[in-house]
Amino acid sequence: MSSTPTTTGSSPLARAAAIAAAFAIVGGVIVVPLASVFFEALAEGPAAWWRAIAHDPDTRHAIWLSLTVAPVAVAFNTVFGVAAAWLVARFRFPGRSLLISFFDVPFAVSPVVAGLAIVLIFGRQGLLGPTLEWLSLKVIFSWPGLVLATTFVTLPLVVRELIPVMEAIGPEEELAAVSLGAGGWQVFWRVTLPNIRWALLHGIVLANARAMGEFGAVYVVSGHIAGATDTMPLRVEKLFQEYRTPASMAVASVLASIALVTLIVKFVIERRIEAEFHEREGLAPPADSPAVASLAIASPKEAVA
Amino acid sequence: MSLSVRGITKSFGSFKALDRVSLDVPEGTLLALLGPSGSGKTTLLRIIAGLESADAGMITENGEDVTDLHARRRGVGFVFQHYALFRHMSVFENIAFGLRVRKEPEAAIRERVNELLHLVRLDGLGGRKPSQLSGGQRQRVALARALAIRPKMLLLDEPFGALDAKVRVELRQWLRRLHDEIGMTSIFVTHDQEEAFELADRVVVMNHGKIEQHGSPEEVFDRPATPFVIDFLGQVNVFHGRVEGGRAFWHGIPIDFPEYPHAQSREAKVYLRPHELDIDRPGIPGQETRSLPASVLRVTPGGAVTRVACRTAAGGEELYVDVPTDKARGLALLPGERVAITPRKARVFLPGPEYVI
Repeated sequence: MSSTPTTTGSSPLARAAAIAAAFAIVGGVIVVPLASVFFEALAEGPAAWWRAIAHDPDTRHAIWLSLTVAPVAVAFNTVFGVAAAWLVARFRFPGRSLLISFFDVPFAVSPVVAGLAIVLIFGRQGLLGPTLEWLSLKVIFSWPGLVLATTFVTLPLVVRELIPVMEAIGPEEELAAVSLGAGGWQVFWRVTLPNIRWALLHGIVLANARAMGEFGAVYVVSGHIAGATDTMPLRVEKLFQEYRTPASMAVASVLASIALVTLIVKFVIERRIEAEFHEREGLAPPADSPAVASLAIASPKEAVA
Repeated sequence: MSLSVRGITKSFGSFKALDRVSLDVPEGTLLALLGPSGSGKTTLLRIIAGLESADAGMITENGEDVTDLHARRRGVGFVFQHYALFRHMSVFENIAFGLRVRKEPEAAIRERVNELLHLVRLDGLGGRKPSQLSGGQRQRVALARALAIRPKMLLLDEPFGALDAKVRVELRQWLRRLHDEIGMTSIFVTHDQEEAFELADRVVVMNHGKIEQHGSPEEVFDRPATPFVIDFLGQVNVFHGRVEGGRAFWHGIPIDFPEYPHAQSREAKVYLRPHELDIDRPGIPGQETRSLPASVLRVTPGGAVTRVACRTAAGGEELYVDVPTDKARGLALLPGERVAITPRKARVFLPGPEYVI
């Protein structure tokens, strides 16, 4: 990069200033606030931190709730995402573009609006209220509502990740499998899934991070009941409102740690995706595999050997 | 296995890819579907494999109706144009795939795959990933994978299209030998007439979703059934002429055409292949009744034949003559020189509804 002359006529000094500014902004807006969360959380020492996390039953419940709601929502998104992406990538049908646009609605709509919409349908006064009451099912102010709201806001993450990958791979390998005698499930498990596995994992990791951190939609449907429907982000906010800043920051630091782990996993997966992309393009992966290069030269003769 | 295709029709929206195509392929034939892109040849191949369904028509294998049989039960080996190798599997697992989904015992799979690796001369490369192979090697893995399930028939879609020229020639000679050894009914799609003629026992020329001609390579080349066929099989000079009384006339030079014995004169199109024209210096006795005066435009040497572009003195039409390079050296033609062109052979097509290109 440094040796690449640019046509914009920027001097090395200007470039260095721009880079420094970028680091300063990222540092000021992202790194410092994030670091301060950990700083505040641990201000009274690790023992106090641990007490705040583990010895408050409402906080314990909030952590447990987040750890159960998010996986269910992510699992639903995974199944839906794979099926919907396959449908959209493999078939051309009327309304296909419209369907793809609808996948993005949860990104466009404010989570609070999404939460309200769910209340309007599943709440006691809602469209399905009487039916649910008759079935003695409680959705709003309870676990199913949390799952529903979380699923809604994370819906695009897996499907959006898979559509371009499936389109790039194309249907030929699946057709080859069929012509070799494979049934539908065999094609899926042996050909389709292995080909999309890294993109799928990437989508799952993103969806999980979003599900863990979701606040707005969950806030509306949960009713904010401590020890019952408070997830981790809701717990952080409640503790903060009750002027229990260290406890609030302790829970926040758990959320932030999840985010950091997500970031690392995401980075590793992206490296894998990039490597597979190069493989697909028939390019030799970066110089660690000299066998590939020599093979390419030897091949024309080998073909007739 | 013998294959019979009856009245197959297929449309994609308003585009008619195949229009009532019928074709018989006897047991053990190596057949080429030859045509330009969009002629329907690949669609026909995919329908035969069951990968695409026909709107109308019937396909039988050994007399048995398989039109509605699912692709996975056809037992047909299909080699895709870009190979469609399973990129995440090793070469070994690619070839083993058809056997694994049939739940064959591990030992039998191992034996069969090794046998095939040997057949396609990829011994020892079973552990490689497809991305670590050259184009020609990938092609042979695709072939081995298709053969692993002991198919009744082998279908290949543009099998050499993605390879460079040298590998292509070597691989097609190898495929011909392989076919002679196995003797399996095989159909391949190509847009390269040289490839079709070198490899196939039978050639089917397709255009606009229809079969223009079906015959041995010699038949198709020597007796093209339609103007499209003669046009498609290499460069040809086309002129307007006339027919009457069993002869066609090209600028007054008669050419035998017994298919039109009538006395009434009619317009016709005369097709002259460059290698079926003779070129000489003017002044040979009797030449004026058989030859057309012309002048040389360009001389393009190229291997065994030298191509000479000429312009006829009458009408000023441009045409090409292929001269054996030895003879061309003897003549030592230069641009602007006057020459006499004599047709040895010509094909004449009367304008008619069936000959509209």
